[in-house]
Amino acid sequence: MNDQLKYLTRRAASGLMTRREFVGRAGALGVSALAATTMLSTAVKAAGPVKGGTFRMGLQGGSTTDSMDPALATNTVAVALIRMWGEPLVELTDDGGLQGKVAESFEASADAKTWTFTVRQGIAFSNGKEVTAEDVAMTIDRHSGEDTKSGALGLLRDIKDVRTEGRNVIIELNNANADLPYLMSDYHLIIQPGGGKDAPDAAIGTGPYIMKSIDMGVRFVAEKNPNYWGDLGHAETIELVVINDNTARVAALQSGQVDLIDRVPPRTAGLVSRAPGVTVASTAGPGHYVFIAHRNTAPFDNNDLMMALKYGMNRQEMVDKVLFGYGSVGNDTPINAAYPLYTEMEQREYDPEKAAEYFKKSGHEGPVLLRTSDNSFPGAPDAAALFQQSLAAAGIELEIKREPNDGYWSEVWNNKPFCTSYWGGRPTQDQMFTTAYLSTADWNDTRFFNEKFDKTLIAARAELDEGKRKQMYADMGSTLRDEGGLICPMFNDFIDAYTDNLGGWVEGVAGFSMMNGYAAQRMWVNA
Amino acid sequence: MPLLVRLLVQRIALGLLLLFLVSILIFAGTIILPGDVAQSILGQSATPEALANLRRDLGLNDPPVERYFNWLGGVLQGDLGTALTSGQDIATAIGKRLGNTLFLAFWAALISVPLAILLGLIAVRYRERWPDKLISAFTLASISVPEFLIAYVAIFFISVRLRWAPSVTTINDSMSLGEKLHTISIPVAVLTLVVLAHMMRMTRAAILNVMQSAYIETAELKGLRMFNIIWKHAFPNSIAPIVNVVMLNMAYLVVGVVVIEVVFTYPGMGQYLVDHVSKRDIPVVQACGLIFAAVYIGLNMIADIVSIVANPRLRHPK
Repeated sequence: MNDQLKYLTRRAASGLMTRREFVGRAGALGVSALAATTMLSTAVKAAGPVKGGTFRMGLQGGSTTDSMDPALATNTVAVALIRMWGEPLVELTDDGGLQGKVAESFEASADAKTWTFTVRQGIAFSNGKEVTAEDVAMTIDRHSGEDTKSGALGLLRDIKDVRTEGRNVIIELNNANADLPYLMSDYHLIIQPGGGKDAPDAAIGTGPYIMKSIDMGVRFVAEKNPNYWGDLGHAETIELVVINDNTARVAALQSGQVDLIDRVPPRTAGLVSRAPGVTVASTAGPGHYVFIAHRNTAPFDNNDLMMALKYGMNRQEMVDKVLFGYGSVGNDTPINAAYPLYTEMEQREYDPEKAAEYFKKSGHEGPVLLRTSDNSFPGAPDAAALFQQSLAAAGIELEIKREPNDGYWSEVWNNKPFCTSYWGGRPTQDQMFTTAYLSTADWNDTRFFNEKFDKTLIAARAELDEGKRKQMYADMGSTLRDEGGLICPMFNDFIDAYTDNLGGWVEGVAGFSMMNGYAAQRMWVNA
Repeated sequence: MPLLVRLLVQRIALGLLLLFLVSILIFAGTIILPGDVAQSILGQSATPEALANLRRDLGLNDPPVERYFNWLGGVLQGDLGTALTSGQDIATAIGKRLGNTLFLAFWAALISVPLAILLGLIAVRYRERWPDKLISAFTLASISVPEFLIAYVAIFFISVRLRWAPSVTTINDSMSLGEKLHTISIPVAVLTLVVLAHMMRMTRAAILNVMQSAYIETAELKGLRMFNIIWKHAFPNSIAPIVNVVMLNMAYLVVGVVVIEVVFTYPGMGQYLVDHVSKRDIPVVQACGLIFAAVYIGLNMIADIVSIVANPRLRHPK
């Protein structure tokens, strides 16, 4: 690297020059844009985080009706806030593994039925009280108790007993589960003093920030927790503004009112990335857009018809035209490479001839009725129209019924036999399958009842040998792909955008959008 | 009872009856919407147990009629109740939101009402000449474009390009008055454009209507200056229709600015109401509906009273 380039890199890394300027100037010196970007991110890492400043974010999803109680968190704003003031026992690493947070370490008994979590020494809640094993046990109890309203209840139903021994919290399960620590990383399960039983919405936890101002659905201000035990949290103040309107959110970023936004609409992402000083960051995730059919309801109880629909879907076209390329093709299972124990399967391609063959074999006549609405996933009506066309090429008629956004989740999804929907994904395959494809699942939205699948799923939980587990999941995946009611055309990327004001973005972090909700703690404001 | 007082009492009684009917309508409306508040709070992660627990805690298992009268009883004692979703006291939450909405409406009205009347007067003075045509064309154009489009165009030029004022207008208590005014300058400008045409056209039409009268002709023949005729003779006699349209637009500024509040992320009543309708939080929707209805009914009442006071003939029926 010549001296001039070194100088430029140093200036850019310390925020004296925008990323865009740097790439341009480096280009003038004969360095490709890609190489320049790599050079810059290396230099930024070497320069290290900048402390202080105000981190301003504009996010979609908050509402006046929200609560600060982690048990009731359902949207991205709630998750981003939880990450500021609280922490779960364990958390995902960037590549989807696990690291301790409130728990220093954890281990399973040989049969994976008893788990021991050791609470980290000498860490305190933001109200000054030291964290004890009792706080952890009471938190788990609050979310798993009979009269809970927690969104995490579904995950914790299998817990038989929670007890403490000194700094250890011992969880006993009815059935073996090798993935329990993954379940404990769920964003609902924030460790609160006394389990949060007295004041669930007090926003007191062990996180790097303390909430200073709370205006539900409008604006939140958090300040650095001076006694935080870890090294997260670079900015002194975080200001979070809820901006639900897509255009308004993008405009706020472009006018420099906020430094980071989430959910850039795929349609405009290309345009946004051309604005000076703005970087659009697209992260592959486990979220997927789906067409779901009830396998126990005619005509979808006919597997030949299901196969006809599956072969009649042009997945690549949907990724191109609905996601505008910000995503990847699906394969009729809810699992993609975002899962740690993923095995690659043969990709199902669009094949109108095969679809026509299966359709004939099914003996079905007349149109197939699909229900859709805009909020089942962004662009769902467009996707339905594309599906209609690709099926028409196979001689299959798809009738589309557009439903109102309002009430879609209570009236249509999990209610009507064939509709569009989305899944945000789960950290492990076990959780994803257990949530939606086990016969007894609460949200078995494809009405998929398969004894062999259920047995394999339960057995895989107890299997501590990773190779064997992987094979089991692969088998379950192909069962779903060939017999399930799920038609999954695409996995959607998370599309966030930030300005040159910020440094420290890490590409490809596992989990949710905005670096699994940790952007505000891990990024920094360039001085 | 003097006629004026009787008219007033009648109008107030009618207003209260209307409010009562509105509250029944809103309640029935939210009941027939699909889904309920428990389902909405828990969303896609609702398990049957959690749903049942939440429904029990929120008292959703009581019959609707009982819930309605419980609510009405509370309101009559001045208690708006608590929000089902967040457990917040509704009166406190609405107080703040209503304050913000009135703040925005006040500044928009302060600019748009005098401006509309002034432009109306000018349009009459230069009737069918270029100032009249220019004003008409401009205001008609601004009312013909959807308000969100005006808002987006304003955001693009004023906020994104020129960076003169913010597009996200979340005002809060820690701001000074000057900061607040700067923050809301774009939405105030957009709202002014949106309501200007209606009021200006009505002012122009009402005055022109009076201008046909015989006494205006007399004034003209006496050789009074045109602007004096309009201002001193025609305008006072067209007050009633002008006040009517002004009140209608002020009501719009309070209850009709949902779209503007969403586009500019303004923490007013509109956003607050939308959030709670989508969560089926009936007590809050009821309270907002009542306030909105009261604003409409109240402002219309003021318009009527002004009309009566301004027109002596109404006070002395034959």
